[in-house]
Amino acid sequence: MKKSVFLGALTVASLTAGIAAAGTLDDVKARGKLNCGVSTGLVGFASPDANGKWEGYDVAICRAVAAAVIGDNTAVEFVPLSTKTRFTALASGEVDLLARNTTWTLSRDVDLKMEFVGINYYDGQGFMAPKALGVTSAKELDGATVCIQTGTTTELNLSDFFRANGISYEPVPIETNAEGQAQYLAGACDVYTTDASGLAATRAAFENPADHVILPEIVSKEPLGPLVRHGDNEWGDIVRWTLNALISAEEFGITSANIEELSKGTENPEINRILGTEGNMGEMLGLDADWAARAIASGGNFGEIFEANVGEKTPVGLARGLNALWTDGGLIYSPPFR
Amino acid sequence: MTTLTDPPKASFRLSMLLYDTRYRSTTIQVIALMGFMLGAAWLINNVAVNLAAAGKPFTFGFLSDASGYDINQKLIEYNSQSSHLRAAVVGLLNTLLVAVMGCTLATFLGVFIGVLRLSSNWVISRLAAVYVEGFRNVPVLLWIVLIMAATSHSAPQPKDFRGDNPSATMKIFDSVAITNRGVYFPEPLFSNSLGDVAMFPDSSTEACEAYAAESDDDKVIKLAKSCGSFQISLDLIAIGSVFIACLMISKLVANRASQIQAQTGVRPTVWYLRLGIVAIPTIITLWILGFYLGYPELKGFNFKGGIYMRSSLLALWIALSLYTAAFIAEIVRAGIMAISKGQSEAAGALGIRPGRTMSLVVLPQAMRVIFPPLISQYLNLTKNSSLAIAVGYMDVTGTLGGITLNQTGREMETILLLMACYLIISLIVSTVMNAYNERTKLKER
Repeated sequence: MKKSVFLGALTVASLTAGIAAAGTLDDVKARGKLNCGVSTGLVGFASPDANGKWEGYDVAICRAVAAAVIGDNTAVEFVPLSTKTRFTALASGEVDLLARNTTWTLSRDVDLKMEFVGINYYDGQGFMAPKALGVTSAKELDGATVCIQTGTTTELNLSDFFRANGISYEPVPIETNAEGQAQYLAGACDVYTTDASGLAATRAAFENPADHVILPEIVSKEPLGPLVRHGDNEWGDIVRWTLNALISAEEFGITSANIEELSKGTENPEINRILGTEGNMGEMLGLDADWAARAIASGGNFGEIFEANVGEKTPVGLARGLNALWTDGGLIYSPPFR
Repeated sequence: MTTLTDPPKASFRLSMLLYDTRYRSTTIQVIALMGFMLGAAWLINNVAVNLAAAGKPFTFGFLSDASGYDINQKLIEYNSQSSHLRAAVVGLLNTLLVAVMGCTLATFLGVFIGVLRLSSNWVISRLAAVYVEGFRNVPVLLWIVLIMAATSHSAPQPKDFRGDNPSATMKIFDSVAITNRGVYFPEPLFSNSLGDVAMFPDSSTEACEAYAAESDDDKVIKLAKSCGSFQISLDLIAIGSVFIACLMISKLVANRASQIQAQTGVRPTVWYLRLGIVAIPTIITLWILGFYLGYPELKGFNFKGGIYMRSSLLALWIALSLYTAAFIAEIVRAGIMAISKGQSEAAGALGIRPGRTMSLVVLPQAMRVIFPPLISQYLNLTKNSSLAIAVGYMDVTGTLGGITLNQTGREMETILLLMACYLIISLIVSTVMNAYNERTKLKER
């Protein structure tokens, strides 16, 4: 009897603890720092520069959220996570937000209890091979040794692709991108497979990038996006609309250069609503009025972030392609700020 | 003052639990046990409540779902459509493989180095000391990674074997190919193979047909015949049983020789007889089965055929063996030094040569000292094999605790299963070894 009362009290205590933990927004504000899970090092997406300052396409999302919520885009604690540890880190509350080129899939969304808040990069799985190998198509890879990061969707896609084409392969499982790069360059595997953007980023770090070719086949859809824990919808909304604000900013021509001027008020009501001079969008999210203005000022709009980190002028050299705005023939589209 | 009073018949009072020394210790133990159980119950309850709150009820149902991923080294039939459970078994077998190989090599090396360390030759004993200190004072993970890096960067790539004037050639009469992806050995094949026998036959014929349709033509018949949880080669059974039977007969011959020696003092020379008894029937069996060697051949991207020992297995095996051997060497040295010097002096006085003194007098006695710590080294090696993921060796930590965990998101269940796997392996090893220890230990009467 006593025991069950004790356990009952503990259950209530842990339940209330669970509810308290659900308020990620309050936690982040109280902490004054956003814990953001990023890749262990993928040039262009998330990697520390020579001074140890994190930069990249995914990092910019973290910074924008920190700017919107805390008001300081440097108030971010970057937690490098491997493909294996990322979901556990998010589920356990070690990070508030995971921006780690993670593919949105049904089982992750539903079964792993994650909440994908949007797509910031439309990707697909590709193969990279040395030019000297003379391979022009992934379908010629029968019997090849393939380096692959374990615990990723690419692992399942790879298996499906080879099975569907009735060819065999030898998987070499590796833990991190850096290890994969080393194995690939040492010739311990014939081809390296991961998301095409990741291949481009990896190739950019090679001594002779021109000696390696990315095969034309894209064997899967890999919509990459930031994600949060399931069940904390307020926090999910904030991250989702921060991303949307960046996308809308590009659409409406709000850039880091003209944001000061536009924040004073414009003729365009949508711009005014995004920048908080009209309506009460910030209040609805539990933030102040110029949350989105800070997020955009943090690293520029969606297009600016893309060009600065992975665009054609960077070593990674990715074309906008599917990741152009819908108005430019791409898939990037934000619901209206209304 | 008398000590022979009747025990007091006073009725039991509650306060006696605390103040009566006869009951006090029991009271304390009961309270401590209750505290422990409450603590454990709180932990379990906390996990259950939080998992339920996260919407992840505790269930092992995912084990029967298709795994969806491939494993490079598989000792039993496995493909991406097999279940997570089967993937775990494949991983477990890989763990056991490297553990058995590691324990064997580590024992031989360890005994050798341990004996060398006691050598009267200064250079040899110093070299052995350097080996021991070097290996046991560096984390085994670093050795694993080092050996892996060394093989993948120094050995030739498969493409180096190609062309009219290749930069690398196969070793030992063109039979062994050493590449940076692993080593290919010739494999034993049988032209009159007896086939395989399926264990736990699978009722779902669809799975069998799917296997058969996917595999190469020559394998179709074999696979279509046998679709079970796993197959056991009848050839292996045939050769094994012949070999063991011959060994037993050979043992009888040896026993008879010992008897004659005991009666007459002269041991008849029987080694050629014993060799013949073992070798001839085995060779005849091999001949009947049509034994031949399948050589590895460069086809496409990689070598095909032969036994493929991946560099990950090689690196893990060698690193674990070298590392554990350093500890075993110290254990062996301690065991030998524990044997009184008088034993070897007595053996010397009887005219026994030093080598035989070691193997007949010192080592058998030293084994009693060596054995218990040796058991824990075997357990250590088995547990250290979970570092396999560092080189991409798909052991049970890599399949069940790695990919399956990641793809299903069942951390609690997979980790508990994984812990149970290692616990069971360790308990089995220690039971067997303890039984052996019990048998060989000094019988005190």
